[in-house]
Amino acid sequence: MQIEQSEVLDFLRRHPPFSSLPDEELASVANNVEVAYYRAQSTILQLGQDNYQWYVIRSGAVEVFRRDGQLYNRLEAGDFFGEQSLMHNRPIRFPVIAFEDTLVYLIGKEKFNYLFDNFEGFADYVEVEDQTRLRQSIAKREDDNTLLTAKVETLITSLPVTVCSSTTVHQAAIQMTEQNVSSLLITRSEEDQTEQSLPVIGIVTDSDIRRRLVAEGFSCDIPVAEIMNTELIYVQSNQFIFEAMMLMLKHNVQYLPVLKKSRPIGLISHLDILRYESQNSLFLVKNIFSAQSLDELTALTNGVQECFTRMVQQDANSQMIGNAMAVVGRSFKQRLCELAEIHLGPPPVPYCFLALGSMARGEQLIVTDQDNAIILDNSFQPSLHDEYFAALASFVCDGLARCGYSYCTGDIMATNSRWRQPLAIWQQYFSQWIEQPSAESLLHSAIFFDLEGVWGQIQWAEQLNRLIRQKSNKNSRFLACMARNALLRTPPLGFFKDFVMETDGRQTNSINMKRRGTAPLADLVRVHALAVGSSARNTFERLEDIFEAGILPPGRGQDLRDSLEFIAMVRIRHQALDIQLNHEPDNNIEPEYLSDFERKNLKEAFQILSSAQRFMKFKYQPGRVN
Amino acid sequence: MFYLGKNQLTGEAQPSPKAKHTDWTKRFELLEKTCKYPALKAFYQSGIVAGSTPISDVPMVALDFETTGLDVNNDSIVSIGLVDMSTTRIRCANAKHWLVKPDSQLRSKSVVVHGITHSAVADAPDFSTVIDQLLQHLQGKIIVVHHSPIERAFLNAALKRHINEGIEFPVIDTMALEARFCRKINKSIWRLLLSRKPASIRLTDSRTRYHLPYYRQHHAMTDALACAELLQAQCATHLKPDTPVNTLWS
Repeated sequence: MQIEQSEVLDFLRRHPPFSSLPDEELASVANNVEVAYYRAQSTILQLGQDNYQWYVIRSGAVEVFRRDGQLYNRLEAGDFFGEQSLMHNRPIRFPVIAFEDTLVYLIGKEKFNYLFDNFEGFADYVEVEDQTRLRQSIAKREDDNTLLTAKVETLITSLPVTVCSSTTVHQAAIQMTEQNVSSLLITRSEEDQTEQSLPVIGIVTDSDIRRRLVAEGFSCDIPVAEIMNTELIYVQSNQFIFEAMMLMLKHNVQYLPVLKKSRPIGLISHLDILRYESQNSLFLVKNIFSAQSLDELTALTNGVQECFTRMVQQDANSQMIGNAMAVVGRSFKQRLCELAEIHLGPPPVPYCFLALGSMARGEQLIVTDQDNAIILDNSFQPSLHDEYFAALASFVCDGLARCGYSYCTGDIMATNSRWRQPLAIWQQYFSQWIEQPSAESLLHSAIFFDLEGVWGQIQWAEQLNRLIRQKSNKNSRFLACMARNALLRTPPLGFFKDFVMETDGRQTNSINMKRRGTAPLADLVRVHALAVGSSARNTFERLEDIFEAGILPPGRGQDLRDSLEFIAMVRIRHQALDIQLNHEPDNNIEPEYLSDFERKNLKEAFQILSSAQRFMKFKYQPGRVN
Repeated sequence: MFYLGKNQLTGEAQPSPKAKHTDWTKRFELLEKTCKYPALKAFYQSGIVAGSTPISDVPMVALDFETTGLDVNNDSIVSIGLVDMSTTRIRCANAKHWLVKPDSQLRSKSVVVHGITHSAVADAPDFSTVIDQLLQHLQGKIIVVHHSPIERAFLNAALKRHINEGIEFPVIDTMALEARFCRKINKSIWRLLLSRKPASIRLTDSRTRYHLPYYRQHHAMTDALACAELLQAQCATHLKPDTPVNTLWS
């Protein structure tokens, strides 16, 4: 007899994963549930007990605990629990206690298995192997994104035109005209071809012929090797177009030879990319460099936000966005340095302007403060030169503040004389931080371990990075201090109703996604990166080096990457939304604005971060050999 | 359950002293000997748990009727809902729901309440055809209802009409229990000071007190489920699992 359990049925119908089931299945589930009432504080599932039912919360709320008694999760009406023990046929590992007076509908193991095996939508939703669900959601989003995930090879239309290095410029120019190209790749002369190195040794473009030959008054019968550009920047055919664009910006070149398995298969120009992606940060960067005054620079601030939201709308991933915003920020800095030099005259001694923190990592977003410093030449004499550099630092920092990069609250800026020192002093700073570490001294200096030269003698920045790599990876006391500081910021446990839930059960109504998510993740990855001597600065790239070093338990690296991507994208999307709504974008998110999908995945991402922090704490104990 | 007038609700539904002291085991033995209808005989024959049995060990069945009105002499049953339960589990898989053709006319006033119309019951079976199944389902279990006079009186009257024999059985009445649990609250000095109205012991209001979800009323199946959940909540809140069943039934 068909009995209509209409209240049960109506409830299930309103909640995923049941909402995806066909009507007759749903009715069969509803007509076979068991119902149980649990008073607040009473035990629903005990650690180690056998379990034959799947629990769906009809009303009230429950708390799920870890074996050690730590709160793991809080669930409310429509949520479910007990599926892990059913799917893996094992006793209860996460005990459950009623948090409020709670009514549950119970579904028998056989029915659960039947639904799980026969309805994909149901299984996908229930599949609580946390990381799996998170990874699926990220993979899905990347599939959807067609524009910015295109690879460089899609831009190649023909093989590159090559000439031998002994060819005369005259001959080369005839070839370029005949082939209708504006650039040529130069190959080694034949006797050298046996070498294992790349066959291409240089590139010649229209403008090289103009600047290096005609303007210099050379004869056009000299070998093309004389005027070629040998500082070749390559791009691999399977890199993203976006990455090619970043390479062009970073190295200020307009052509990139494309390699496939170390053979040149084409040549792409900035025009190819512009054609492909007509409205992008290249224009913004170009405008930054052509700004003639601080006022003109300030006027471009809106363009930064537009560029940011456009990338979000085009489904760029967080690495692309972070990278593009960092390039934009770096360009502001570079142009401000240039303008400062025009304004103040040439520098009395060489210097290097540094970017620190998120800009150096290539992970900048829209809401960011400026963290910077200056390395001065060792011949620097404060009495003679400091007035100039203090003025330059003020010009750049004030300019950045006007362009939307607010002053650093910790005063880590070039305007602070402590962070405007000769190279030798910087080397002392780092030696001291690493060799005589204390958690207190490293608390404020962690940011210096993400360091990049943006203007002037940028090789000095590389020298400092080398010094960091050499000194830090064997120093377990230093790593232990860095690890301790990296544990100061922790993720929340998850969400409950419209609140953020902390591990101690406390609830707040908003979450700072930077402080509680991306920053602790970057801190954690930095510690591992220092331990394995990685030269990468970007957190994703550091993770690559960490995978290769094999210091993480299997699967954890991939989980961390997925977590970082998801947390960063939630932060990015909410900033883009703020901009669209004409609100001041910030890093705070109120859970009521998070979709169910975001909540579930965020919660999982936080759990991964939390367990990675526990692992780090264990791994980098003082005196432990890493 | 059918509509309950206001006057019936505020009055405390106290079990009569006589009923409380009934030795149901002996009573069932006696009734089994005197009754003639086979299914009813089987009902009594299956016996009843001892009065001292802890409530947590008692098999129960929550029962609800929709009726054509409140007058047991002129009105009759139109639908029956029941679901097996214990203090820890309610088993919807063993639930039953019957629509039956009422012995008396459906009144428009009651149609408004339970939504069962003339056309809906036109093709429904006669009450007499479900008697055996109903009695078979009830046997060996303690019946749980919200407001016992209705179910008790209507079942008794219907059986008398159809098989010429009445029926007696103990009942756990969630409304009577709620009245008992609320007495403390109702008599508290706070209520007097704040001149609060006495706590309502209607099914929906009682459920709210235990944070049970809102269910639409006046469908016999849903009301039986709602009543079953209420008893679980009452037991979890006010009673120890070893409370003897004879302190709860009447």
